[in-house]
Amino acid sequence: MDEINNLMQGFSVAMTLPNLVYMLVGITLGILIGVLPGLGGANGIAILLPLTFSMNPTSAIIMLSCIYWGALFGGAITSILFNIPGEPWSVATTFDGYPMAQQGRAAQALTAAFTSSFVGALFAVALITFLAPVLAKFALHFGPAEYFAVQLLTFCSFVGMSKEPAAKVVASMMLGFALAAVGMDTVTGQLRMTYGFPELLKGFDFLIAVIGLFGIGEILLTMEEGLAFKGKSAKLNMRVVLQTWKELPRYWMTFLRSTAVGCWMGITPGGATPASFMSYGIARRMSKDPDSFGKGQIEGVLAPETAAHAAGTSALLPMLTLGIPGSPTAAVLLGGLMIWGLQPGPMLFVEHKDFVWGLIASMYLGNLVGLIVVLTTVPFWAAFLRIPFSVIAPVIVVICAIGAYTVHSSMFDVVMMLVFGVVGYLFKKLKYPMAPLVLALVLGDMAEASFRQSMLLSQGSLSIFWSNPLVGSISGLAVLLLLWPLWSMFKNALHAGEQRQFEA
Amino acid sequence: MKEPSKRQVGPDKPPLKERGPELAVSILLMLLAALVMKDSVRVGIDWADDGPRAGYFPFYIGLILLASSATVFLSTLLTWGKNHALFAEREQLATVFAMLIPMTVYIIAMVWLGIYLPSALLIGYFMRRYGKFGWLPSVSVSLAVPLAFFVVFERWFLVPLPKGPIENLLGL
Repeated sequence: MDEINNLMQGFSVAMTLPNLVYMLVGITLGILIGVLPGLGGANGIAILLPLTFSMNPTSAIIMLSCIYWGALFGGAITSILFNIPGEPWSVATTFDGYPMAQQGRAAQALTAAFTSSFVGALFAVALITFLAPVLAKFALHFGPAEYFAVQLLTFCSFVGMSKEPAAKVVASMMLGFALAAVGMDTVTGQLRMTYGFPELLKGFDFLIAVIGLFGIGEILLTMEEGLAFKGKSAKLNMRVVLQTWKELPRYWMTFLRSTAVGCWMGITPGGATPASFMSYGIARRMSKDPDSFGKGQIEGVLAPETAAHAAGTSALLPMLTLGIPGSPTAAVLLGGLMIWGLQPGPMLFVEHKDFVWGLIASMYLGNLVGLIVVLTTVPFWAAFLRIPFSVIAPVIVVICAIGAYTVHSSMFDVVMMLVFGVVGYLFKKLKYPMAPLVLALVLGDMAEASFRQSMLLSQGSLSIFWSNPLVGSISGLAVLLLLWPLWSMFKNALHAGEQRQFEA
Repeated sequence: MKEPSKRQVGPDKPPLKERGPELAVSILLMLLAALVMKDSVRVGIDWADDGPRAGYFPFYIGLILLASSATVFLSTLLTWGKNHALFAEREQLATVFAMLIPMTVYIIAMVWLGIYLPSALLIGYFMRRYGKFGWLPSVSVSLAVPLAFFVVFERWFLVPLPKGPIENLLGL
């Protein structure tokens, strides 16, 4: 019961007054970010990251992770009330959430969404509490070959589990790796792909890419819908909340299934968005009344919200224990850890116990605080959306520009942000996934270093990646996932013509 | 759609199909891949005494990028006549450019004028042009927002933002 002790210790770190205030600030900012189009978990945190450079790391990560929880909660508000998903992972929530709002059941839908987010996150945090120390202990024995195999697994699972065409997933990922390689080579000190531009010496910062791809790209995408925003007001009184809560235990099976889907997709870097779609699809297929989905079925809100939050939370597990983020947002948090001088990975659990357990404890508290805050402040956030988009859009552009500038105080970064923004728009339209690009940009140097170190150990023989059962099974799994699209192509060919139910 | 009528493109222009941009992006990616591979060859893609040289890893990255974008390129060409999926309507593209062009101007202006004045102009422009706000709300919002950022960043968190001649004139 070492974990329980550590966790209690963590609570004593997280429960101090300043940290609780940071938590509240983080949640509030997070909901705001989640509600506004163009600002999301990943780029919102990337923009605010420079503000935390001077804070102590524990408080900083508590605030940043609370922004993340807040954004996860906030995304549901706009999906249900306005049929505008504030975040990609709440797209599936609109399928049944918006019809519910139209039928005058907005309050039930919101309560259901918030509660299921909370439940999903709670299960995922519990999973982290008990699994993370074990995984970290295990990972202490990892050598470069094992690390490369895990990184390979990360990237192969993208190919295996994306809805997007495999060629596009691979292209987007390789673009990330290529961008990561620009600049000085960490091993030999040679300059690569700078083509004489001094600005490229330090390479591309993934924070800039995140702000551009997700922030500017999203704004451009939202512009397609025009500048009109139609608001719907919502009240949430305690009676409806309690009534809905009484109903919810009936759907325990949906909760359990969606949590499982979410945790799995979070740990293997599928991410929250595919998790929410998958969970919605499963809930519909398993339902006794699949036709009621899409017309205001409460299960259609529960399933994607539970899975999205479970995935979003469990994405932090590989980030903390292996230093390999499971989602773009986790990647930004990882970037933060490194800036504060903490090296994520198994040693974190040995050297910075207070930090790790403080963070884990703050996940429990943050989600509880988040649930209370969203339930009590919905009308306020809904009012925010009545501000016309012609005001919101330029302000968000300004915020993104400030965020990109403050990372390195460089104008070149702001220009790059615009370029990444256009790339983000095109990629989104042409269904190139962006998460692999961001993760490859973050992990590129790490993956290259562990690959080259393993090559040195084996004197150039690739056989090191199956030289012992551990590394062999990880690499084997990676190859299996890589070949998964071929298998599903074969399966689809068998019963072609069927399905094609929901496209993102 | 709240787009003013004079910017609307006539209905005779057909919507933009997906295949054009698809092809363009895949060509761009292939070119990038070629750049990556060319420079990797320059720094060395083989083995030195102390292990793989600096171009070894990026070369294969470039190769896979080339292969995957070529796949997209070829499959777009092969389905050229059959693929009529839409990229976007003309009106949608018009609104996207209504954002993209001012944004580009904004960022170029930032290089010389700092962040505050262009931000105020950008917000004011959008509110006047698309929000149909009167002068008073437009001017007050577009001045208040950069001022708020100034207080939060420069005063509160001590993070300097880019400044131009106007800020220098005010002695900030």
